[in-house]
Amino acid sequence: MSNPKVSDSRGDLHLNRLTKRFADFIAVDDLSLTVPRGSFFALLGPSGCGKTTTLRMIAGLEEPTQGMISIGDTDITTAKPYRRPVNTVFQNYALFPHLTIFENIAFGLRRRGVKDVKKDVDNVLELVELGHLAERKPNQLSGGQQQRIAVARAIVNKPEVLLLDEPLGALDLKLRRQMQIELKRIQMEVGITFIHVTHDQEEAMTMADTIAVMNQGKIEQMGSPAELYESPKTAFVANFLGQSNLIKGKVNSRSGTNASVKIHGIDIEVPIARMASHGDRVLIGVRPEKLNINANSKNSIGNGTVTDASFVGVSTQYLVKTSWNEELVVFEQNDAGAPDIKVGDTVSISWEPAHTFALDGDQDLSAGADVDHEAD
Amino acid sequence: MAFLHATTHASAPAIDNAAKKRSLTPYLLLLPGMVWLIGFFVLPIATLASTSTMTRPEGAAVGTYVQSLRFQNYLDAFSANKDQFLRSFIYAGIATLLALAIAYPLAYMIAFKAGKMRSFLLVLVVAPFFTSFLLRTIAWTQILGDEGPVVSFLKALPFFSNDIRLTSTPFAVVSGLTYNFLPFMTLPLYASLERIDPRTLEAAGDLYANGLTTFRRVTVPLSMPGVVAGTLLTFIPAAGDYVNAYLLGNPNTRMIGNVIDSRFFAIVDYPTAAALSFTLMAAILILVTLYIRKSGTDELV
Repeated sequence: MSNPKVSDSRGDLHLNRLTKRFADFIAVDDLSLTVPRGSFFALLGPSGCGKTTTLRMIAGLEEPTQGMISIGDTDITTAKPYRRPVNTVFQNYALFPHLTIFENIAFGLRRRGVKDVKKDVDNVLELVELGHLAERKPNQLSGGQQQRIAVARAIVNKPEVLLLDEPLGALDLKLRRQMQIELKRIQMEVGITFIHVTHDQEEAMTMADTIAVMNQGKIEQMGSPAELYESPKTAFVANFLGQSNLIKGKVNSRSGTNASVKIHGIDIEVPIARMASHGDRVLIGVRPEKLNINANSKNSIGNGTVTDASFVGVSTQYLVKTSWNEELVVFEQNDAGAPDIKVGDTVSISWEPAHTFALDGDQDLSAGADVDHEAD
Repeated sequence: MAFLHATTHASAPAIDNAAKKRSLTPYLLLLPGMVWLIGFFVLPIATLASTSTMTRPEGAAVGTYVQSLRFQNYLDAFSANKDQFLRSFIYAGIATLLALAIAYPLAYMIAFKAGKMRSFLLVLVVAPFFTSFLLRTIAWTQILGDEGPVVSFLKALPFFSNDIRLTSTPFAVVSGLTYNFLPFMTLPLYASLERIDPRTLEAAGDLYANGLTTFRRVTVPLSMPGVVAGTLLTFIPAAGDYVNAYLLGNPNTRMIGNVIDSRFFAIVDYPTAAALSFTLMAAILILVTLYIRKSGTDELV
């Protein structure tokens, strides 16, 4: 069977009520989502959140306990991996160590009985700019080069969906930045749907059009990077994607477009459109760079004491202890040089109502903040 | 000698002395091995080489030989024992192929499918070594004996005549060889299969290879170092073996090991025995070199 029939379905990828149960825990819990054709989609979450299991079910390496996976109108839930129009870039690449780079890339084409593989392989090698390495063996290549070969080996087959499982996890920081841009360029050139699994929120935001934040087998929130960052809907998303200052509060009244919320005895304003909860108990959230020091923005919480200051070049990051003893993180731009604020100084904190978001108040303030950001 | 070297430099500066001592360490570590190798390999080989060209003087007592550089001994010994040479390599070859056929699925199962049973199964592979090689081979005379379970079973089948025998046959000798060297095949195969990253196998499936193609194109090539090591570890000792042919065979299944044995200890013809030993060694060396060249895995062995 050198010429297995690969399904040639085209279209969006649908996951419908997908569940994967292992002996003692539920890895993926009733997950439904649609990935539009040609988009760059990221599954983001801490280790053990079920993102890799989801990916492996799409690849056919893991069988769902329940639910359905389809591409366009074709159900591929139980199709063998080699029958799916899906290819994977594995964590640590999984190149074939006994084959040359050329043969590694030609592997999928040869299995499908393509007669003349030379042109396709050369084209894709050119795309990843490694044509001169065709006759080398994988262990003679650097990590970044192996990574690009792994991408080339997958996209040469022109799959409908390309799955990337923490593809940059093994690279150092500088190379990772470079590869992020590279992968995005390749995706735009070939126009294949990319599904990228990562625990690195910066990576997800840099590359993806749409991010689904996963936690404990479920999708917490899905949207564009800016949408998730500016309007998180849960404490987990607020803390996992960037940093957030969350403060407990109680809604006094809602009128017109704004609500008045009391936090620790201080009344502030929140746009109703930016409130994820209809209840009275809420968590008020503000991103650190949106808090202002010694300015007169509309939502003011009075004075606090600076307990820590770290200069990080583009900005200076402060910890400010409020009157109710909560430490808030504040980023101040260094556009006019480092501000003259020292540890122990008393400063006032304020921000614009439009930059406030409000979440359901029954959540843990630190959900998603202290989860390990390591790969699973 | 090492100590002598150290003391002569006792007056040199301390740092220099320390460096000297450190540079001597590898040689000191090598010393026991070298002594062993010289005493029990190089010297006996040299003696054997010199014996192989000796002749027995006219009228001398049995076992008395003098050096006369008679290289004709080699030709004589070889032409008188061509059949046994050929038989040794054929039996060893068949046993190696059988062992490979049995050990590959076994090692594959232990490496990929055994889960928690893995260590236990590995102990079982090595377990035969806990009893004597001789004892286990003698046990085969019972297993294959005329009243044994195998013969009784075969007799019950319609395709075999009632006077079927298994002991004292080539079948018994090859079975014994296969059995005795099976662990030497299994362990290197297991070691190389176990090293394969399961993700490369998943990657093959992802790239449109079904189970069989993945096995042929990825698993087998990646396990080649184990196949080469295992076949060598089985073939080399099997070709020189004489215990299996002695205990399980008949006069027509004599292997070259049996000839050397009887030349040394029964006929007391040391030169012929020595010449045969050398010829066997050379033949195996040539075969092994060709094999490694052919399998193209010299970098991996």
